[in-house]
Amino acid sequence: MAMPRREEVVEQDVLTGETEAYAASQWQLMWWKFRKHHLAMAAGMVIVALYVVAVFCEFLAPYTLNHRQVAYAFAPPQRLQFVSDEGVHFWPFVYGIKGVRHPETLRKFYIEDREQRYAVRLLVRGAPYRFWGLFETDIHLFGVDDGGTLFLLGTDHLGRDLLSRIIYGSRISLTIGLVGVTLSFVFGLVIGVVSGYYGGWIDNLIQRGIEILRSFPSIPLWMALAAALPSSWSPLQIYMGITVVLSFIGWTGLARQVRGKILSLREEDFATAALLAGASRWRIMTRHLLPSFMSHIIVSLTLAVPGMILGETSLSFLGLGLRPPVTSWGVLLKEAQNVQAVAFQPWLLTPVIFVIITVLAFNFIGDGLRDAADPYSR
Amino acid sequence: MLILIIKRLLWMIPTMVIISFISFSIIQLPPGDYLTSYIAALGETGETVDEAQAAALRARYNLDQPFMVQYWRWLKGMVRGDLGMSFEWNRPVTELIGERILLTSIISIVTLLVTWALAIPVGIYSAVKQYSLPDYCFTFLGFIGLATPNFLLALVFMYIGYSVFGVSAGGLFSPEYQNAAWSFGKFLDLLGHLWIPVIVIGTSGTAGLIRVMRGNLLDELRKQYVMTARAKGVRYWVLLMRYPVRVALNPLVSTVGWVLPGIVSGATITSVVLGLPTTGPLLLRALMNQDMYLAGSMVMMLSLLTLVGTLISDILLLWLDPRIRYEEGEH
Repeated sequence: MAMPRREEVVEQDVLTGETEAYAASQWQLMWWKFRKHHLAMAAGMVIVALYVVAVFCEFLAPYTLNHRQVAYAFAPPQRLQFVSDEGVHFWPFVYGIKGVRHPETLRKFYIEDREQRYAVRLLVRGAPYRFWGLFETDIHLFGVDDGGTLFLLGTDHLGRDLLSRIIYGSRISLTIGLVGVTLSFVFGLVIGVVSGYYGGWIDNLIQRGIEILRSFPSIPLWMALAAALPSSWSPLQIYMGITVVLSFIGWTGLARQVRGKILSLREEDFATAALLAGASRWRIMTRHLLPSFMSHIIVSLTLAVPGMILGETSLSFLGLGLRPPVTSWGVLLKEAQNVQAVAFQPWLLTPVIFVIITVLAFNFIGDGLRDAADPYSR
Repeated sequence: MLILIIKRLLWMIPTMVIISFISFSIIQLPPGDYLTSYIAALGETGETVDEAQAAALRARYNLDQPFMVQYWRWLKGMVRGDLGMSFEWNRPVTELIGERILLTSIISIVTLLVTWALAIPVGIYSAVKQYSLPDYCFTFLGFIGLATPNFLLALVFMYIGYSVFGVSAGGLFSPEYQNAAWSFGKFLDLLGHLWIPVIVIGTSGTAGLIRVMRGNLLDELRKQYVMTARAKGVRYWVLLMRYPVRVALNPLVSTVGWVLPGIVSGATITSVVLGLPTTGPLLLRALMNQDMYLAGSMVMMLSLLTLVGTLISDILLLWLDPRIRYEEGEH
């Protein structure tokens, strides 16, 4: 993706009669450049949409997280239909499904019951839930009337709707990366600044410590730390524990970058000028040095999020991370761990698609941001 | 150069001591010990172990000793090459790791070679023919490969294997060769099974390397010396191979160090899904059952291999790119 040079950006704005480009702050310039990166913009919209889903998951999911319909265990996905015997319908509907036992193997399978049609309706009353824990309601964005079922992505072994569970799981899976990144951001920034700012033996000690931490291979270290979380912990404690574990490795890289930047930037003329003008060292750090590499840090943070999401998914998948009743995409995938599940209930793998979309979107945004943040980018 | 290597080797000793301490602490972090989980497991099957028996067992395995004493015993044993006993398997740790290391190494090394054999030419091609149709295809595939975690790919392969070919994709041998001694037939059987884990483990690495290779080579191709050499009439492919590719290989070499620990951790998650007899699942089980000497020794080995691997790649880098200097307080 070829990016226009900054001069070109400025030039265009001059041509259109806007002179803001000369007075624009660094963030504005970044935004202008980022806007031109179509793939990154599209990825940004995907991410925003995913987070909206995560925030309003109770309302958007057709069922609640643990709404069991045991009669429909391992039901395959129902297809949205537009065409019936009576012709083309403007509004989608689903056929009812009926569980039947195979006469020889006694394995249960489902057939479409063409007699029964259920229109997919908006704002239907379904299972009651507490929205954000604030008030009780039973309105869901979409669903079918009582008696019908709407399993767009099939159900699991307890007859719980997979789509609803994925929607609920997004809340955990999408936030765990952000919280983890925030934690490693705080650790990395503080430790990096201290290291670069004080120098001397403190710097030496911190750098040696980081080297030692980095010589642990990441996945085994994650595994060891995650295995160390006591199983008696409450789900919330486990969640926090896992984020801390995930951020444990991220911060070392960041601390090194911050230190390196501070070491080189504090020799720059503008830092000396500020010092001569009587600014305190604290002010130089926070007002002059930090902003000059903030964009760089934000880029590396964006690129760190997908790694953490994948890390959580892998750990939960192995049974070391989150455990039911907490539901994340990794926890959902754990059910698809064996060949039988994969062969007979392939729809259990659908959380994979959501993981891939999320990770791809974060990678594209990171790429776009990197180009936008780099003043010398081509 | 020699001084540098010696210095780095000496520096590894205190590092390893600290690492051993941290490993041991992490392994000891969970409340309870192996016996607690063992007794709990027995309880599930209906057997009970009374307090006196448990205490006797604890004393026998030195689990009643304070942390520092246990650590010291372990450290002393390690210097003599004795990594302790695995509680769960009731066998020496060295033996357990030893019997799995061969297959793990084969998988890791074959994967690495395949990754390089694919990524380097494709990366060079993508950079030289930037924005061509194949370049776009490779970039797209690369992104997908990067975003797909290995274990998901393993699941997908298992699904395809099961639904299309009707065979189980797991394991490394057909049942008839499972416990057979090494023979030519067994070797062929291994080759027949090896490609699935190699593809599964290698995909994200290949995708990543193609991107890195392409990016670096593009940066390098824009430099003026390339144009100068072209102007002087150096043939394009000769020039390309002699200078820019050599520089662009740099990050590949700096990650070669990660191959060594990779041999032991052996793409743990993929191995668990595919049921491969490698060291990865061994480590996972040991961690979950608090089989502390086994888990601790494996984490130690991994860290040692990381250190050695990093040293090797630093030396290789020096050899590949003479401009690189490692000086005191520099990096």
